[in-house]
Amino acid sequence: MAIFLQQLINGIAQGGMYALIALGYTMVYGIVELINFAHGDVFTLGSFLCIAILALLGVSASGQIIAGWQGALIALLVVVLAALLCGVIGVLIERFAYRRLRNAPRLAPLITAIGVSFLLQGVMRNWKGPSEISFPQFLPNPTFAFGGVHIDLRELLVVIVSILMMVALQFFIYNTKLGKAMRASAQDRDAASLMGINVNTTIAWTFFIGSALAGVAGFISGMYFGTTMFTNGYQAGLKAFTAAVLGGIGNIAGAMLGGFLIGIVEAMTAQYISDQWTNVVVFSILVLILVLRPSGLLGEQLPEKV
Amino acid sequence: MDARVRLPLGLGEVAVWQALGLLAIVALFALYPVIDRNIGHVSAVADAGYFLLLVFGLNIVVGFAGLLDLGYAAFFAIGAYTYAMVASTQFNLHLNFWPMLIGSACVAALFGVILGFPTLRLRGDYLAIVTLGFGEIVPQVFLNLDKYTGGPNGISNVDQPVFFGHAFGFNPVPYYYLYLVVALISLVLLNNLRRSRLGRAWMAIREDELAATHMGVNPVTTKLLAFAMGASFAGLAGCIYAAKLTLISPDEFNFSVSVTILSAIVLGGMGSLLGAFIGGLLLALLNFMVLPQVTNWTHALGTALHNEAIQNADLHYIIYGLILVLVMLFRPEGLISNASRRAELHHGQPATSAAAAGVE
Repeated sequence: MAIFLQQLINGIAQGGMYALIALGYTMVYGIVELINFAHGDVFTLGSFLCIAILALLGVSASGQIIAGWQGALIALLVVVLAALLCGVIGVLIERFAYRRLRNAPRLAPLITAIGVSFLLQGVMRNWKGPSEISFPQFLPNPTFAFGGVHIDLRELLVVIVSILMMVALQFFIYNTKLGKAMRASAQDRDAASLMGINVNTTIAWTFFIGSALAGVAGFISGMYFGTTMFTNGYQAGLKAFTAAVLGGIGNIAGAMLGGFLIGIVEAMTAQYISDQWTNVVVFSILVLILVLRPSGLLGEQLPEKV
Repeated sequence: MDARVRLPLGLGEVAVWQALGLLAIVALFALYPVIDRNIGHVSAVADAGYFLLLVFGLNIVVGFAGLLDLGYAAFFAIGAYTYAMVASTQFNLHLNFWPMLIGSACVAALFGVILGFPTLRLRGDYLAIVTLGFGEIVPQVFLNLDKYTGGPNGISNVDQPVFFGHAFGFNPVPYYYLYLVVALISLVLLNNLRRSRLGRAWMAIREDELAATHMGVNPVTTKLLAFAMGASFAGLAGCIYAAKLTLISPDEFNFSVSVTILSAIVLGGMGSLLGAFIGGLLLALLNFMVLPQVTNWTHALGTALHNEAIQNADLHYIIYGLILVLVMLFRPEGLISNASRRAELHHGQPATSAAAAGVE
């Protein structure tokens, strides 16, 4: 039982990261119906930017621990800066690679998204080299024991940050004017623009928020795993996208549910079957769920448009 | 005169200069290994052959039938492993290459049907993500079943083909001609297939599945045939690929292979055979010849300047990514697109709302 609970916690921590990345996929998909393949790489870029910002602040991978309010302040500064930078990069990607193609055949923006993904990977490869790089572990990492279950600060951080972000996002989408504009543009772009909503600005904000969340995920993933690599965004993005589809793409609660579900399934597979088979199990469950519920777990079963 | 020769193959009526041009292009391809004596170049152009076969196959699924498949490399893996398992020291079976060429295509087609079956109800991007899932599952299964597949090391010492006593060996020239012959036959076949009853059914499904179904097109068999025929090309390509390289491993069949094949189709012009051919050839040459050469140049430049940063620079994916983005931005319909194709792609699709129905 203790092992099960331990794995559940690991799964929730990993799932929280997938959920954060999945939010970006699902928001963008909801509004422009584009699978933004570059999103996973924006997440990795977030980790890279955090390392660069930490280096500017004089924190390196030497294993120095900064305790107390100083550590918390540095963490906050890094995560906010990385989120802002990633958000701006997301907006630039939308402006230059996707906006022109909004009314083009559907596969054209998909290919530019893949192109941007390759481009970002190439840039990161030349920036920090082709091998794994370590992420400074500057926060103390005390472990809390509950019965036989151990939770360390990093795991707690991942779970708390991801849940906070999701609650904030949910609040934002349903209680602010911009959030309302996003929902309106997602429902019907023409009608929204007739109602006085600036659709271009709304879409830019969607990319900004989604990419900023990926930046946050980049920080907590770096803290959690201690390393990153220029190709990391591929697997993480794939899982996050799967999470978004599993929950019902375009649906924010669905993306969170899907993210946590995939994280937990992965952890349980690694524990009770074998970690070699995690992808097979995750994607088999995806196929099964989609065959039984073709619009995902929380997706609406829309009647076919004729 | 050559137009008359082509007619029985279903290539239709063409002007004499077009026929001559076609003949000149075929002749250029046929003579290429004689003109360019650089074995490395011939090998790279031969490798464009397997890539072209993959592009032709995926073009049936995505271009003709409009089913967005993001895991097509799975069938390539299945074809390659089928041949490698029965024609190597793995089980000490040494089946002959030529029947296995058909055998691999059939096994891949069978898996096309098996993996296509659960996707029949899915539309658009949900279909895409399920196929992407299969693209992840298949290589991992090959990776994990190490008793049969050699695990992460893959299968080595795959048998090379022998043609009437003439062993292919490691010389790329015979493989080049094999690819050329298979590609030419495929082009003629596909050109006829597109205009056949089945080809028209695929396009009807692509344009409007509901309407097509009501006109008497059976969506189940039509889609499954698209998956099966598309996969069979990947099976063919995988078989020759394994024989030429003589060793295969599971990480050669990842997602980036699937998306590169898809990019070639979209880049060339969706649904057009000529587009698929040109897009496939361009991307293959770019990835196998031009960009590795660029990396060599930057390395040499860095060595000359004693600059380690330039020496270790790898511009391959930066340039490749930029090319994909720029081509799509300036030619969203692909390189080969005529008025009728543009009309076809936009037909029934209001300019502003992306259709909910899927790929179109």
